[in-house]
Amino acid sequence: MNAVPLLAHGDSAAVFAWRPDGPVTVGDYLADARALAARLPATGYLLNLCHDRYRFAVGFAAGLLRGMTSLQPSSQSPETFRRLQDEYPDLIALCDNDTDVPDLPRFAFPSLDRAAKTLFAEGIPSIPADHPAAILFTSGSTGQPQAQRKTWGKLALNGQAEAVALGLDIKPHVLVGTVPVQHSYGFESTFLLALHGGCAFWAGKPFYPQDIASALAAVPQPRLLVTTPFHLSALLASGIELPAIDILLSATAPLSTTLAAEAEARTGAPMLEIYGSTESGQLASRRTTDGAAWTLLPGVRLEQAGDETAACDGHVEGRIVLSDVIELLPDNRFLLHGRHADLINIAGKRTSLAYLNHQLGAVPGVVDGAFFLPDEEGPDGITRLTAFVVAPGLTARQITVALRERIEAIFLPRPLVLVDALPRNSTGKLPRGDLQALYAEKVERAGHGRG
Amino acid sequence: MSQAAIEALLPEVAELIVSALNLDIAPAEIEADAPLFGDGLSLDSIDVLEIALVISKKYGIQLKSDNEDNVRIFSSLRALTAYIVSQRTQ
Repeated sequence: MNAVPLLAHGDSAAVFAWRPDGPVTVGDYLADARALAARLPATGYLLNLCHDRYRFAVGFAAGLLRGMTSLQPSSQSPETFRRLQDEYPDLIALCDNDTDVPDLPRFAFPSLDRAAKTLFAEGIPSIPADHPAAILFTSGSTGQPQAQRKTWGKLALNGQAEAVALGLDIKPHVLVGTVPVQHSYGFESTFLLALHGGCAFWAGKPFYPQDIASALAAVPQPRLLVTTPFHLSALLASGIELPAIDILLSATAPLSTTLAAEAEARTGAPMLEIYGSTESGQLASRRTTDGAAWTLLPGVRLEQAGDETAACDGHVEGRIVLSDVIELLPDNRFLLHGRHADLINIAGKRTSLAYLNHQLGAVPGVVDGAFFLPDEEGPDGITRLTAFVVAPGLTARQITVALRERIEAIFLPRPLVLVDALPRNSTGKLPRGDLQALYAEKVERAGHGRG
Repeated sequence: MSQAAIEALLPEVAELIVSALNLDIAPAEIEADAPLFGDGLSLDSIDVLEIALVISKKYGIQLKSDNEDNVRIFSSLRALTAYIVSQRTQ
């Protein structure tokens, strides 16, 4: 049986994580993971809700040692928890604070006794490569979360491939992430990159600009900031003084060359981007200011049939059809030409217009309605959705209140515009051009719209 | 801290929120004691960061996550305004 080590660090004294009270070594990490594994009921599925990145890492490793699979939903709503419990009735929820998990069997992260530290002589444990180590969830085009199974061998390969692509295999960095560790980008770029790219990570998840500066200052150089266009643009706009940063990394949404250039000028660090999806894992990287082309991560391959592109090989599980329009270039490079219509990505959260329209149409009193994503005003700003609704007798606020029960807040329309009729054509379709015209008339002219 | 000072600043902070977030309401429509999140204005974490940014620019206040009062600070327009009144440096 093919087995892959839990982590790639060769030295038990190497630093694996940084916490507010100082460094945690690889040996400490293994000891903590073994101690937790000894207490964890091996139920099959571990819903790892730890907020602290280090505790998440301990829980993940302990679960692997007990042959468990880590469940990593994209939201923590009561509805998500209910659905998970239906599908994985033997799950337990590992919590490191007072996260509310009604009805789920809860396992509070225990205080682990370092005095009883296991000797490193036990070595680094290995996990079968085909073990289903994690299930990540995406919101599919219907809005129903879809389970993406990840085997341990592929996850380890992903961490290695990203490290090579970013040059970290030669020079490991300390990773400071503004993104949650449970979601694919944070999971790959702050956790797998530490396990199999030889890096260490900051245990916290800084949010405000001042938090990010403090977190960076708490770890030694070289430092890599794992962030998103949104957090990055807020960080730069704040104008606060930043500790030295050696590499900037962004993903989840396209980064403009303007913001990339500004980030490089302000920090002196190269601004790198990762392209990927929860389904495929990470696929490619680029330095944004070097041009639009992406370079595939080692081992990954793209195949095209018609206007459909699929990723395979390397750390990709099977063959994954991508939701973007892609133009292949020589030398493992490619260009992205936007997403296939209908899919919406706001600040890394995904859904489809079809799903949102369905939810809107299901609101009692709504006769007709359509969501509309205006042309981007700036790729780094957050473009909000607009909705045009025919609902005689209802106010915009009443409809918004009803929608709030059905869709995530980030997808709520700003604004929701009441109209007498939608510009449907003879086949009942809503041409985008006509919606754009309606938007120009009702929203832009009325002085709404960002920027 | 003076209740009068908070009361006086409420309209300005309401205006700041509406313009920063491009909300589809008039500033005066934000109820001072209604929750900003959840059933109130339904703001999300992106909005929090944008509000934090305009507050730092306008009043010289840098918010931090390890501030235990964060939940309270963003609980309502009045709470946010009270925090600004107590912390402002400009």
